[in-house]
Order: sequence, then C-alpha cells, then structure tokens
Amino acid sequence: MRTTWRNPILAAIGLIALMVPASAYAQVELRLTWYSDGGEGDVMRDLLNRFEQKNADVKVIMDVVAFRAINENLPVMVQSGQGPDMARVVDLGGLSKFYLDLTPHLPDPAYWHANFEPFLAWMRRPGDAAGISGVMTQLTVTGGFINKTLFDQAKIPVPGATASWEDWAKAASAVAKAAKIPMALAMDRSGHRFAPLAIDQGAKYFDAQGNPAIADAGFRKAAEMLVDWHKQGIMPKEIWAGASGTAYKGANEEFANSQLAYYYSGNWQIGQFAKQIGDTFDWTVVPEPCGPAACTGMPGGAALVAFAGTKHPKEVARVMDYFASEAVLKEFSERSLFIPAHLGLAKKPLEFRTDSRPARDALNAYAQQVAKIDKVAFQYQGYANNRLMFNATVTRLTQAITGELTLDQALQRIEADVAEGLKEKAK
Amino acid sequence: MNPGGVDLNRPREGAAAAALSAVYGGLMRAVEPPINRLQRAIGAARMPYFFIAPNLAIFGIFVITPMLLNIWYGFTGGTSIELASRPFVGGENFASLLRCADYLDPASCERDRFWRGLYNTGFFVALQVSLMVLLSLATALVLNRRIIGRGFFRAVYFYPVLLSPVVVALIWKWVLQRSGALNAGLEAVGTTPVQWLLEPGWARFWAIFVSIWAHMGFYTLILLAGLQSIPAELYEAAQMDGTPGWRVFWRITLPLLMPTMLVVLVLGLIRAVQVFDEVYVLTGGGPGSATLFMVQFIYETGFSNQLHILGLAAAASMILGLTLLVLTLLQLRLGQGTPA
Repeated sequence: MRTTWRNPILAAIGLIALMVPASAYAQVELRLTWYSDGGEGDVMRDLLNRFEQKNADVKVIMDVVAFRAINENLPVMVQSGQGPDMARVVDLGGLSKFYLDLTPHLPDPAYWHANFEPFLAWMRRPGDAAGISGVMTQLTVTGGFINKTLFDQAKIPVPGATASWEDWAKAASAVAKAAKIPMALAMDRSGHRFAPLAIDQGAKYFDAQGNPAIADAGFRKAAEMLVDWHKQGIMPKEIWAGASGTAYKGANEEFANSQLAYYYSGNWQIGQFAKQIGDTFDWTVVPEPCGPAACTGMPGGAALVAFAGTKHPKEVARVMDYFASEAVLKEFSERSLFIPAHLGLAKKPLEFRTDSRPARDALNAYAQQVAKIDKVAFQYQGYANNRLMFNATVTRLTQAITGELTLDQALQRIEADVAEGLKEKAK
Repeated sequence: MNPGGVDLNRPREGAAAAALSAVYGGLMRAVEPPINRLQRAIGAARMPYFFIAPNLAIFGIFVITPMLLNIWYGFTGGTSIELASRPFVGGENFASLLRCADYLDPASCERDRFWRGLYNTGFFVALQVSLMVLLSLATALVLNRRIIGRGFFRAVYFYPVLLSPVVVALIWKWVLQRSGALNAGLEAVGTTPVQWLLEPGWARFWAIFVSIWAHMGFYTLILLAGLQSIPAELYEAAQMDGTPGWRVFWRITLPLLMPTMLVVLVLGLIRAVQVFDEVYVLTGGGPGSATLFMVQFIYETGFSNQLHILGLAAAASMILGLTLLVLTLLQLRLGQGTPA
C-alpha cells in the first residue's frame, strides 16, 4: 500500500475543525463541596442550574459529602492544595486562613457589607476587618423540640417561656415515664449545643482579654447537670456516652421515631422533621430553657466560602454573588426552610414553602429566639478557635459522664486541651 | 467424565489451552528482542534489578515514602501538613505521649487517651488472640472429624471472613443496640433489656466477641490445613497401641500442629494490635474511651479532630509500628526454633 501525505493532513484539519467549537464554548469547571441536612442540596442544585443557564461559561459541580467529611477531610484537602473552589462549611473561623477574599472580584462589595457584615466577621482572619470570603447559607439557632403528642397524652403541662433547664428535665422525665418511651431529654453530642446550657448557668467562656477561660462556675454547674442527668437516666447514654472523642451524634432519629420527649438541637432539623414526621405526631419548638444568667440559644450556621487555592477567582465570585443576591437567597431560604443570615431579608416576611404547620410554627419560634441570644453566645460563636473549645468540651465531659474522669479532672483536661491546641496552632 | 472414561470437555479445553499458548507465545516473541537488547546493554547480572524495579517503585512510593514522611512528622510540630512549615521539635511528641505520673493510672498521664488506647489494645490483644486461637483450634478439630454436614459447617465458619468489617459491625450494631434484635428477644422472654454497647464491660466484651466472630473462620481454615497435613499413619499407630484420645492430642496433634499454631498466633497478634475498623463502627470507641484502641487514637489525633496534630499521631504510629516490629521479630525467632 502506497503511503500518502494527504490523509494525515486531512485528518489534522478535521481534528482542528472539531476542536474550534469546543474551545469557543470552553467552560470553567468549578467544584463545590457540599453537605446536606435535609433537602437544601436539591434546592442549591436547582439554583445553580439556573445560574449555569445564564452563564454558559461556568459549570459548577457539586460534590455532596457527609457532614463529617466537611469537618474532617476538607481541611486536609484544602491544606494540601487539593481543595475545591468553594465549600459549605461550619467551622467558619477555623479555616479562615484558606479563604479567598472576594472583594476585588465583586461588582458591588457594599451590598455584601450592608447585608452580611456581622457574619462576614465570623469568616475573617484575625486582624482582617474588611474581607469578604463567603456567604452564610443559613443562620442557625439552637433550641428545643418537644413531642407535643406525648406531652398531651401524658397530661404533663408544657413548661412556660421562662422555664428553667431543670423544669424541662423534670417535665420530659415525667412524659417519658408516662409514655413508656426510653428517652426523656437528649442534646446533640456537640460542644456548641452544650454552650447555651453553660451560658444560662453563667459561663463566660472568655476572660477580660478575650482569651479562652472555660471552666468557671457557670460551666461547672452546667457540666454537673449534664453528668447528673445521665446518671439519673434522664439523658440517654446513646448520644453523649455512646461515642469517644469528638464525634458528633444527634438524636434526630430517636425524636422522629417518637422515642424522645425533649430534643435540644437547632432549627436546621426543621426541614427533615417536616419531611420525616409528617402527621405521625405533633412536634413543636419550645422557648429556650433558662438559667440564672440567661435564656439563650447559641447562634451558628453554615457558610458557602471560596478558597484562595482556586484557579478561577472571578468565576467563583460570580457564583457567590449570584447566591448572595437577595432574590436567590430568599428562594433558597424559603425552599430549604432556613433562617437567612441576610440583614435585608431579616426585615421582610418570608413565605416558607411547606405545608407543614409545625414546620412553619417552628421557623417563627426560632426567628423570635434570634433576638434573645446572649452576647457571650455571639462572642463564643465568633471566636476563630471555638472548635478547639467545643471539641475539648465533648471529649472530656463524655469521660466524666462515663466515670473515666472526675468532673474536676474533666474540667482541668478541657482547659489543658484548649491550651495545648492553641500552642500547636501557633507553631 | 462419561462411563467410558473419556472427558467430553477435553477438546474444548485443549483448544482454549492452545489459544492461550499462542497468545503467550506471541507476547513472548514480541518482548524478547527488546529484552535481549537490554540485556546486552546492561549485562545479565543487572537484569534481575530491571525485573523487580516496577515492584520496588510501587513499594517505594506507597510504603517507604510514607514511612519516611511519618518519621519527619513525628519529629516536627504544629498543625500544618506542609513539611517545610513544620518546626523541628525533637522528641517532644514522644515525650508528651510517654509522660505519666503513674503508668498504671491513665488519668495521670499527659496524653491520657493514648494510654487508655494502649491499655485497651493490650487487654483486647490478650483476650481476643488467646480466645480466638483456642476457639479456632477447637473448631478445626471438630471440622477435621467425619461429621455430618462437614462441608456446610466449614463454609458457615468461613463466611464472616468474606464480609467487610464495616458490614460485620453494622450487623452486630443492629443486633446489640437498645432496640436491637437481642434486646427484643430478651424482652419477649420477660427479661430486662441491657445496654450492650453503652456499658464499658459489655462494650469491651462485644468488641472482642464480634472480632472473633469475624476472623475466626480464617484461622480455623489455616489450622484445618495444618491438621490435614499430619500423617494419618501416626494416628493409626496410636490407635493400634490403644493410646487414649487426649494423649493422642497432646503427643501427636499439638506438637505437629505447633508451626501452624505459631503462624496463627502471630497473624492474630498483628491483626489484633491493628484493630480499628469493626470496633470503630460498632462502638465508636465508646462508651467514653472504653473501646478506644491505638489506631483510633492515631486516626482521631491526626485526621478526625478539627485540629490535626499530625506530629503526635505520627509519633504514636511509630510506637505502634515498633510494637509490630517486635512481634514480627518474635515470630521469626520462634519460627527458627520450630521444626517445620
């Protein structure tokens, strides 16, 4: 067979012709690491699809991972330079040194400052007073849910707006006993969830200079209550004692299965409770339990943040700016049943898209609790190294609950763990 | 085979073998010229290095390099993953792990959870390995006898080995949780349910039980092979002499099974020291730190907590590595003294 030079040239021309349209419509591919508590991932995908329709040059790939991976794997990935362009995170300050400052890429940074300023501070590095690194996907507030049907069946009156933690423990125990359910009162295994109990008892968490000073009298009182409730069987061992270290555990399944009278968690559970519980029983959000010092919940939330390692900061900023726009954030919040962390939206009525009356009531109840959050709670949430304090609290109080450590030893260990962690971070 | 003794499948097998042989021959013919050229270039003496080079490269990348990195992390501090940003701290990580006021009281140690993990691992290894070797031996002895359904029982005992440790743990968690199958059974017979995984003693018991359940089949199989390699004539001779059964076991079976027992013991020891997956899923290391083992401590310190104290985790893993090295050397030493 005779070799001809025409064929390779024609093939090359054909290949180039095929490549031209591809390069003309080349897309920037952005990766977003996301976790979902309920159905908000689907809402986000839908919103991103609409963004992509109007911005054909950008494609956002959502990598949906378990919540645990956000806290455990994402930091390692980001640190090793293998992180995504954006992620939904909850350790807002802990990862701040890896965030991208979006300011130079945003068309209107003033909009961000006007509507997100208190929350932007949670994501800034120490010493940074103006950076914009992300947008809160929701504002969360901790609080209690009760199984109203069980309370009614047991004929136990629901404690009032100023009821103390002890009142709630007593009422929940009475309900559990009457209804013959295994769990009276449960709290998520989290230092963040424990904080309102401590602040209500007078815990300050910080000294006058703003440095961590955890084991004060208020914290000690709350720790004693937690340990005693486990000893008395008011709190189930499954949640706090049923694990080691810092692992998070919730009691949402037990609550949804009508095995629990009172569940202290937060408003992020509303969406899944509306979906899972349906008409099975009546559930409702109750006022924050009180202590001698306060009746506070703990603020928090998740944020969509951009990472400095991205190769496409302009496109990332476009996605973030789209999501942060009032209309999009309003729709996201209404469909996900989230409280928006947007000062403009906070002044306007939201039409939460749910047929569930308990869900609507719960959202309103949480919205009212935002105004009652204690300043210590805001300070704690805004502290960049608060995860160190949360983790030490969970690990050591669990050991006190199971009897491995005395309460005194546990409190000393909490202080030591936090000091050690800060020392390691400073190296 | 048919009654005439002719295998009807043979022509098909023969054709397949011929095809395979042709492919193999073709490949060899294709490979031979470059290999010959290479041998002429580097000499026959260096050729073995060429053949083991790919394997060495894989070993170097995935075993040696991480080991060297681990040593680096072990002697440096901070929370950064970047080697260059980690300050050298000498033996501080090791000293921190090993500093104790009273070595019998983990609460008095600077890293109390490391010592709890160490003691828990020691307790687990001692009980799990000894019980597993005994149970595997007993099972192998039974399965070596001519019992009804022997093949079925051999399969039954081996089946859990095929399951992923996570699946094993999830199955048992379903059985043992508060509203699990075991408590449902107890309640059905009017007995009070027990918090199997929430009482430290019970949690430790179930961690050992589940681990034995999951791995016993493997060791039983090894011992069974060992039993079947003992010459039958010895038993026949003993039978003719009227030797009692227990004496046959002590004087024939056990001595001749010893090399196999040693393999089982060392493999079991190494596996037990590394215990993590199934217990982590089953109990999460709890209640408290009751089932926290060394590997979980390393994992949590280095990767699971938000603050990744990689130096401490690396130092702990080096201590664990040294423990395994001692066990392996022990195996080699004992193996040398045992007749094959």
